[in-house]
Amino acid sequence: MSTVASDATAILGSQAHVRVQAGYNDGIVRQFVVMTLVWGVVGMLVGAFIAAQLAWPALNFDIPWLTYSRLRPLHTNAVIFAFGGSALFATSYHIVQRTCHVRLFSDRLAAFTFWGWQLVIVLAAITLPLGITQSKEYAELEWPIDLLIAVVWVAYAVVFFGTIALRKVRHIYVANWFFAAYIVTIAVLHIVNNVAIPVSPTKSYIVYSGVVDAMVQWWYGHNAVGFFLTAAFLGMMYYFVPKQAGRPIYSYRLSIVHFWALISIYMWAGPHHLHYTTLPDWAQSLGVVFSLILLAPSWGGMINGIMTLSGAWHKLRTDPILKFLIVSLSFYGMSTFEGPMMSIKTVNALSHYTDWTIGHVHSGALGWVAFMTIGSMYALLPKLYGREQMWSSRLIDVHFWVATIGVVLYVASMWIAGVMQGLMWRAVNEDGTLTYTFVESLAATQPFYIVRLLGGVLFLAGMLIMVYNTVRTVQGSTIPADTPIPQSA
Amino acid sequence: MGNGTSLFVIVVTIANIAGCLWLIWWTSRRNPHDASGSNTTGHVWDGDLSEYNNPMPRWWLGLFLLTILFGFLYLALYPGLGSFAGVNGWSQISQYEEEVRQADARTNALYAPLANLSVTELADHPQAMAAARNLFANNCSTCHGSDARGARGFPNLTDDDWLWGGTPETIEQTIQNGRIGVMPALGAALGNDGTEQVIAYVLSLSGRNAPADWIEQGKQRFATVCAACHGPDGKGNPLLGAPNLTDNVWLYGSTPASLRETVTLGRNNAMPAHLPLLGETKVRLLAAYVYRLSRDEGHDEREDDDKQERGHERE
Repeated sequence: MSTVASDATAILGSQAHVRVQAGYNDGIVRQFVVMTLVWGVVGMLVGAFIAAQLAWPALNFDIPWLTYSRLRPLHTNAVIFAFGGSALFATSYHIVQRTCHVRLFSDRLAAFTFWGWQLVIVLAAITLPLGITQSKEYAELEWPIDLLIAVVWVAYAVVFFGTIALRKVRHIYVANWFFAAYIVTIAVLHIVNNVAIPVSPTKSYIVYSGVVDAMVQWWYGHNAVGFFLTAAFLGMMYYFVPKQAGRPIYSYRLSIVHFWALISIYMWAGPHHLHYTTLPDWAQSLGVVFSLILLAPSWGGMINGIMTLSGAWHKLRTDPILKFLIVSLSFYGMSTFEGPMMSIKTVNALSHYTDWTIGHVHSGALGWVAFMTIGSMYALLPKLYGREQMWSSRLIDVHFWVATIGVVLYVASMWIAGVMQGLMWRAVNEDGTLTYTFVESLAATQPFYIVRLLGGVLFLAGMLIMVYNTVRTVQGSTIPADTPIPQSA
Repeated sequence: MGNGTSLFVIVVTIANIAGCLWLIWWTSRRNPHDASGSNTTGHVWDGDLSEYNNPMPRWWLGLFLLTILFGFLYLALYPGLGSFAGVNGWSQISQYEEEVRQADARTNALYAPLANLSVTELADHPQAMAAARNLFANNCSTCHGSDARGARGFPNLTDDDWLWGGTPETIEQTIQNGRIGVMPALGAALGNDGTEQVIAYVLSLSGRNAPADWIEQGKQRFATVCAACHGPDGKGNPLLGAPNLTDNVWLYGSTPASLRETVTLGRNNAMPAHLPLLGETKVRLLAAYVYRLSRDEGHDEREDDDKQERGHERE
């Protein structure tokens, strides 16, 4: 029967219209998982390199393409959109099929999102070092690439929501709420923030100006954090934590409250990036208020995750994947506490423009996003290659400890450096002059830049361990047929 | 902000926060159909995914309500709800002005006794010079260097060579009002040969080697094109900020390439005005500091960036 079905597929070319019971589309997940590892290593390697440049600026070798200004956007785009994005495509495609009990809406469109997204990343990796940029943080890519992103994203939305529409279970699983919010919001953010007038294939002018431009940019920037790096990864969490722990989600009603509160409150928090600027006072205040109210909704996800594990704590002793997931939730809790605190104006007056911000971001990006991704990938990988488990559980454990020490070194050094910079910049002599020149604060920061580099290198080393473990897991395996869809539902 | 916009902001803000309150109330209600205790909601996905429906932790609900209460209080006290300014009348401008006022009050005791001293008196006033040193580090060192020895395009302030004059009064004027030094682009007027000849002559003025015939021709061109500003003998004119070309001090370097750039493309240099930023007393303190630097240059060659001395007496 299945051969007949696949013959039909081969002949007709599209499974979307035939609706054969061919099983889940695991191939697209496999592709995105592999690219998650590849882009993770690349993005973090660039990160370690620019961290070294901050400690020793001569490392740009006076070559324009290697300057910090051009490689920093390459790093952020590679880790957020290439590494994080590939992980989100992989897990959302995996999860939406498993929790809707139906194959993806369209294999062709899904394949288009894979190749389209990879093309976006490659174009970013070419244009950013060449200095082709819109100069908008996390939205550096120029208009032709922006258009490609928009098209790929619409295709993504069609595949995802199409699959939801075809689902065989009535209730939509909580992970899919978060993925849905992320896909819709990122589309809106990306399009609104990148409205520009092109003057050449590599240059355009954003239509907004002045403080409106700044506000639109940080409405985009903060919600990119809120929906790409938070909501979507909560979706990942809501599948892999209960799966790995083998326990039900702690509280359905908590899911409802924190989901709706999170996505509505997040929208307002952007102005806290523009405290004490020309942004009107009222907008800054709303940034403070909504950032603080955001604390509880953010923690709702952490509570639901950690309480799901409760009762399965003993598994932490034997399952290093669970360790990644639980530490990820802990970092999530810490960053989402730190964020609201930093949005209070008196705290922000000290922390803004210092490396404290960098520490905060990496506590979220490495501790939360990367740990959640790594844990989920370790859970997914063996299944995708027909193995019981990863080649070496011991190496997962080593990866866990190397990465944990890396994050702690990174975040702690940047906290100390940031507070120190803030205090040095505001220190005033009796005569009203500043006590320190800027370059003195740089000299004082250098040792912390070196510790941060060490932390980053450890984290990168962990990724290389993961790649090795993956290669050994995949070696000699035969790629299994698509997982059959359960018919009972 | 117009009334309509203001109303819109107020309504949407309150609606969102009130929506959270409603959400908490609505989901906190116990429903007889709810799963309780060890029972799940009955939904099952992917074989083994299910959900309990435990009540939300009370401490968490408390935290949520507390932040909402804080939010309402904040919006009552501070600007936020549209054009409502908040009951305590705070604005970031008023906070800034208040902080400046407090800082001025603190430092006034130090600067007030110095207000009536002249540049030369201040130059020998140890306490004034300690403050001036800090003022220089804050305001001048970015361009002129923390040792005041300048950089390409930024004059060395420790030598005895002055573009605009080195009397206490002119130094003070320079800092107060700034200076704009312009050398016109003469490439078109001189042509390639003419440019090379003038460069040869200028180099010869400070005793540098250049082809003798170029020097001779350059001298004639100099007299017609350059002498108006730099003087017939090339010794410059401080009224125009035209540099002395005979002293072997070079603002943009002395390589033929740099001279060629200067002559063909001209130069446009600016020292910003500091009176509006610092006020009269602090500007005079800086003038005294700079005056003293060049006065002491002959006797005291030591570097001025000894960090341990920062904020303390030099003497």
